[in-house]
Amino acid sequence: MTPRGPETAPGALPSVDILRMEGITKRFGPVLANDRVTLAVRRGTVHALLGENGAGKTTLMNILFGLHAPDEGRVLLRGRPVEIRSTREAIRRRIGMIHQQFTLVPPLTVAENIVLGLPPRRGVFLDLRRVEREIESLSRAYGLDVDPRLPVWALPVGMQQRVEILKALYRRADLLILDEPTSVLTPAESEALFAIIRRLVAEGHSVVFISHKLEEVMRISDTITVLRHGRVVDTVRTADTTPAELARMMVGRDVVLRLFKGPPRAGGPALEVDDLHAVGDRGLPALRGVTFTVARGEILGIAGVDGNGQAELAEVIAGLRRPTAGRIRIDGRDVATPAGRRAVADRLAYIPADRGRFGVILDFTIAENLALKAFHRPPFSRGPVLDRSRIIDHARALAERFDIRMNSVLQPVRQLSGGNQQKVVLAREMSGEPVLIVAVQPSRGLDVGASEYVLRTILEQRDRGAGVLYISMELDEVLGLSDRVAVLYGGEIMGIVRPGDARLEDISLMMAGSLRTAQTAAPAQ
Amino acid sequence: MRLSTPIALAAMGGVFSERSGVFNIGLEGMMLFGALAAVMGSHYLGGPWMGLLGAMLVGGAIGLLLAYVSVGLGANQIVSGVGINLLALGMTTFVARMVLRPAGVEQVPAFQIVAVPYLARVPLLGPVVFTQTPLVFITLLLAPALALFLFTTPWGLAVRATGELPRAADTAGIHVSLVRYFGVIASGVLAGMGGAFLSLGQLNLFSENMTAGRGFIALAAVIFGKWHPLGALGASFLFGAAEALQLFIQTYNLGIPYQLPTMLPYVLALVVLGGFVGRSVAPAAAGVHYGREDR
Ligand SMILES: Nc1ncnc2c1ncn2[C@@H]1O[C@H](COP(=O)(O)OP(=O)(O)OP(=O)(O)O)[C@@H](O)[C@H]1O
Ligand SMILES: [Mg+2]
Repeated sequence: MTPRGPETAPGALPSVDILRMEGITKRFGPVLANDRVTLAVRRGTVHALLGENGAGKTTLMNILFGLHAPDEGRVLLRGRPVEIRSTREAIRRRIGMIHQQFTLVPPLTVAENIVLGLPPRRGVFLDLRRVEREIESLSRAYGLDVDPRLPVWALPVGMQQRVEILKALYRRADLLILDEPTSVLTPAESEALFAIIRRLVAEGHSVVFISHKLEEVMRISDTITVLRHGRVVDTVRTADTTPAELARMMVGRDVVLRLFKGPPRAGGPALEVDDLHAVGDRGLPALRGVTFTVARGEILGIAGVDGNGQAELAEVIAGLRRPTAGRIRIDGRDVATPAGRRAVADRLAYIPADRGRFGVILDFTIAENLALKAFHRPPFSRGPVLDRSRIIDHARALAERFDIRMNSVLQPVRQLSGGNQQKVVLAREMSGEPVLIVAVQPSRGLDVGASEYVLRTILEQRDRGAGVLYISMELDEVLGLSDRVAVLYGGEIMGIVRPGDARLEDISLMMAGSLRTAQTAAPAQ
Repeated sequence: MRLSTPIALAAMGGVFSERSGVFNIGLEGMMLFGALAAVMGSHYLGGPWMGLLGAMLVGGAIGLLLAYVSVGLGANQIVSGVGINLLALGMTTFVARMVLRPAGVEQVPAFQIVAVPYLARVPLLGPVVFTQTPLVFITLLLAPALALFLFTTPWGLAVRATGELPRAADTAGIHVSLVRYFGVIASGVLAGMGGAFLSLGQLNLFSENMTAGRGFIALAAVIFGKWHPLGALGASFLFGAAEALQLFIQTYNLGIPYQLPTMLPYVLALVVLGGFVGRSVAPAAAGVHYGREDR
C-alpha cells in the first residue's frame, strides 16, 4: 500500500481520526435505529462497537458502507466530509466490510468472489490465472492461507471469513469493518483471526470490530463505543474499563455474568442414543458408534472442536439426517419410523446452529414463525381455519417474555436484527414443555443480557424436568452449564465426565483425540 | 438444425436473464414480437438484414419493458412474463390484421441459403450442416461467444453473481438492477432474433401465433442446458430434432393421427423437465426481487 494524499505527506500533521461519523440518524418506519450517533475511529487502532441486539450497530456500519442512506448526519473520512451513496463508492474510498451474514457467492471460486465487481485485468477478460497468483501472495503476506481455486461452498466458515478479509484487502481497504466476525468461529479460529487483526493494525490499517463477547473486546480493542437503543452511551478506552461496567452500559442495569446453578435432579431417560452411525454432507463417516443417555432433569454438554460430528449428531437426533446405523429413543420411544417421530415431535425442542436456514422462515411474520410448530392445532386453529388473533396474542406474549425488539409481531422476521432473529427461534422452542432440548450454540450472536436469559431458561427447563443436550464449541460455556460433559472427537465419544471432577488438561487431551477414558460418569442420583 | 435455431436463440436469451436473476417467461412473446418486427422491417426498410435489426430492437424494447416492470417496479416476474406473452399475442395479431393484410404484405424478402465454401462439399455433413441461412451460422458462433462472456469476463461474473446472491454482488459494488436490466434486455434481443429466424429464415411470412410455444420449449432448453449457453444450444438441437421427427412422421403419413406426433417436442420438454430438473441447479436468486433496504 503506497502512502498517498496530503494526510500522509511527510511533514504534514496526519489527521488522527481516519473516520468520524457525526450526528447520524436513521429511521426504519417508526424504529429509530440510529439516533444522533457520533463515532470517531483513530488510525491504526481497533475500535469496538458494543450494544444489545438491535442497538443499531449493523445499521451504523451499513450507512458507512453505502448500503443505507442516513436521514441526518455526516461522515468524515480521513478528515474530509464524504457522501457515500453506494458500496462501489465505499470500496473506492478504501472501506471494507465483512458482514454478519457472509456475502460470498457459494458456487463461485475464491478468486472469482474476490474480483467480483472489479474491472478486467487483461483486455476484456478476468485473467483468473493472474488474479489467483496475486491472491496467493497477498494471502501469504497476511498469513491467511487460502486456496483461491476452491469454490466457496467447499470451505469451512472460518476459511470463508478469511476470504472476506482477503476480498477487502485485495481492494486495498485500509478501514475494515468486522460485524460479529467471531460469532461463527471456533475459539481456535477466533485466535487466528485476532492474530490477523493485530497484523493488519500493525501495518496501519484501522478496524471497527463488533462483538457481543466482552472478553474478546477487552483483548483486541483499543477503544470501545457502547450503543443502546440507537444512541451512544459512551466511548471509553479499553484499558480504563471492565467487562462488568461494559455490560452495565449496554443493558442499563447490572448483569449477572455468572449463573447460579443448583444440583441436578436426574429422572428417567429423556434421550437414549445407542451405537449411532451417520454420514456427513461430503459422504464421509461423521458419527462412528456414539452411545450415551441424557436423563430428564440434567444437562449433558457435548464438547469438542468444531467438525468432529457435533452438527451431524444434532441433526440426526432432530430427525433431519438419517442415521446409517444405531438407535435413538426419545422419552422411551424409538424414533426410527415416521410415526415414532411424529409422536415425540411436540416434546422435542431443537435450536439449530444455522438458525437463518433451519430455524425461521425469514419472509414469514414474527407471529407466524412463533406459531410454526403448532399452527395446525388448537388454540392456533379451529378446524381447518387459523385463529389469527390467538396467534398474534401468543406472539405478543412471547416477544415480551423473550424481549424481542421489533415494531410489531406482523413484521417479517427478515427485518429483525441478527440477534433478534435468534430470539424468535428460542422463544418458539423454549416456551413449551419439552422432554428433550437439543441446543446447538444457543447463545451465539446474542448480547450479554439475552444470552444470560437463554442460559437461565435452559436451566429452568432442566429443573422442570427436561433433558438437555447442549452442544457448543466453547469449552467454558459447556463446562459452566453442563452437569455432565461428553467429549466428541472424530465422530466418537472419548469419555463422559463431570465438569467438577475432570481435570481441564484431560478434557483438552480428549478433545485432541489423545486421551480416552473407559469409565463413564452416570447421571446424578 | 433449421428447426433448432429459433429455440436456441431464445434459450440463450433465457440463460442470460436467468443467470442475472430474472425468470423470463416472456420469451415466447418476445419471439412473437421479433417475428412480426422482422417481417415488417424486411418489407418496409429493405431486406432481411433490416428485418433482423428491427426484430432485435423490438425484442430489446420488450425486454426493457419486462425489466422495468419486474426489476424496476419489483412486480412478480412470472406474472409480468405472462403479461408480455398475452400482450404479444394480442398486439401482433392486431398489427398483422390491421397493417400487413390491408397492405397486401405476405411473402417478404428473406434470408438466402448460403453454403460455406469447401465445407459444404463434405459428403453427408456438408449439405446438412454447412448449407444454411446466415442466422444459423450466427447462432452457432454466438453460443461460444456468450459462454466466453459469461465465464471469462468481469461483466459475465457480475451477471452470475447477481443471479446467485444479489446481496453479495451489491456489497462488491455491483449495481444489481442495472445488471438485471441488461440481462433481460439481452434476452429480449436474442429472443427477437429467434423470432426473426422463424419468419425470415423459414416461411418468409408472418402468421398469427407462429411461435406456437417455442418460447416455452426454449425455457425447457435453458434448464436442460444447465443455464449454460452451449448447453442451451445442445438442448435446442434435441428439441429441434424432435420437431423434425414430428414433421417427418406427418409428411410421410404413417397412419398415425397427426395430433400425436405434433405433441412430441412438448412431451419431450415435459419429460426432460420432470426427469432432469432435480439434477440441475438454477441460479439461487432467479425469480427473487432484490431490494436493498429490506435486507
Ligand atoms: N431493513 C430494515 N427494515 C426495518 N427495520 C430494520 C431494518 N434494518 C434494521 N432494522 C431495525 O433497526 C434496529 C437496529 O438493527 P441493527 O441490525 O442495526 O442491530 P444490531 O445492533 O446490529 O443488532 P444485533 O446485535 O442483533 O446484530 C432493529 O430494531 C432492527 O429491527
Ligand atoms: Mg447486527
